[in-house]
Amino acid sequence: MRFLTEVAQWLTSSANWSGPDGIVVRAVSQVELSAAVIGTSILIGVGIGFALGHTRRGGFFAVNAANAARAVPSLALLTLLVTWPIISLKGDGFYASFLALVALAIPPILTNAYVSMRGVDAEVIEAAKAVGMSSWQRFIRVEVPLAAPLAVAGIRTAAVEVVATSTLAAYVTFNDLGDFIFAGLATNDTVESFSGALLVAVLAGLTDLAFLCLYRLVLPVSSRRTASGSRVAAAPDAAIV
Amino acid sequence: MLGALLASSAPFIDWSWIGTNAGVIANAIAQHAELTGIAVGCGLALSVPTALIAWRFHWARGAILGFAGLLYTIPSLALFVLIQPVTGYFSLLTAEVALTGYTLLILIRNVLTGLDAATDEVREAATAMGFTPTGAMIRVYLPLALPSLFAGLRVATVTVVGLVTITAFIEWGGLGQLIITGLHDYFYTPTVVGLVLSMALAAVGDATFVLLERIIVRWRQIEA
Repeated sequence: MRFLTEVAQWLTSSANWSGPDGIVVRAVSQVELSAAVIGTSILIGVGIGFALGHTRRGGFFAVNAANAARAVPSLALLTLLVTWPIISLKGDGFYASFLALVALAIPPILTNAYVSMRGVDAEVIEAAKAVGMSSWQRFIRVEVPLAAPLAVAGIRTAAVEVVATSTLAAYVTFNDLGDFIFAGLATNDTVESFSGALLVAVLAGLTDLAFLCLYRLVLPVSSRRTASGSRVAAAPDAAIV
Repeated sequence: MLGALLASSAPFIDWSWIGTNAGVIANAIAQHAELTGIAVGCGLALSVPTALIAWRFHWARGAILGFAGLLYTIPSLALFVLIQPVTGYFSLLTAEVALTGYTLLILIRNVLTGLDAATDEVREAATAMGFTPTGAMIRVYLPLALPSLFAGLRVATVTVVGLVTITAFIEWGGLGQLIITGLHDYFYTPTVVGLVLSMALAAVGDATFVLLERIIVRWRQIEA
């Protein structure tokens, strides 16, 4: 109980919120890093995944990308990038963290984009052809809207993973909320590390919620009502393939 | 540029380091495998009964999946630190509770998917044979959910092997310790060794469950 009181004091102390090493600055830089990573990964992952799904090519690669990437520890990737002289700690660890996180985020986004595009009913595509749509029209007006929910579910999974792993960027000198955890662990300041962990967990939760909202937005109107009934039903997780 | 890169960096792998540190590497592999094995084992032991409860009692389903989902959302480093005051600072229990926690969502969801896949014909046949609802669940639907459970075990194992590296920050870590060593000394070899062996361990874990499934789930071959 005493411990929790100290954590509450730490979290409500204005000194911990302000300044270049305060919660606000660190939270903003973590969000900036994560947003840059997620934006880049969506462009690349959804681009390639949709293109492969639409043309029905490269299925083996697309389906197995997420699985293969799961086995690569991001900590090792981050470390290798930092020890590589060309990247090293440039941008106060931003570039190394950015590249490691993009490598982490693209595979699950790509796999889900591909699976969602392939999942579009063949009869629907035939119907689109029958009414005279070109390949491009079919892609934009039929396939993308139908594939969007599952693709966004994949993006949501990846986004939470990126925010979670961006905590490790603090280990390679990037100034984000992870710094509180590492500093606390290094100095045995359990209150600081616990408070930092709490902040990081909240940020991950908020990210999850933000992408849940996006998911609801791209759901076809017909299935929106049933989906809002329960939280779990509204949030089918990305395909585990 | 490539020439400059090669000239500026130390050789990527220093084989002599591997030779002199064979004991350290072997210990790291053993600890990594042990941490993973315990977590997946505990995850399996907890998930199957929990999934059965969630399937049998619909009111429990949302709460169970919601809790497992929430746990899954918390970043691993944060979760270790958050449970430490209760499970002990830098303790094995801290590492295992968190690692097990991450397997729950994957395993419970896959068991539920497998249970849900029982067709109406299967249900009618089970009823006709005189199974009680709980008896049918254990003796008919659960065996049918095994392929889905094994798929979950494979994903959970590969995920946990990756997460174990993060326990290096709470003084465990197995191969994660090697990875971090590389950062401290600006020396590639331990990091590359940790990375390669960690991926190899994930592949071995994955293959183990593929093999186990072949041995245990016999009817699948007949069906195919």
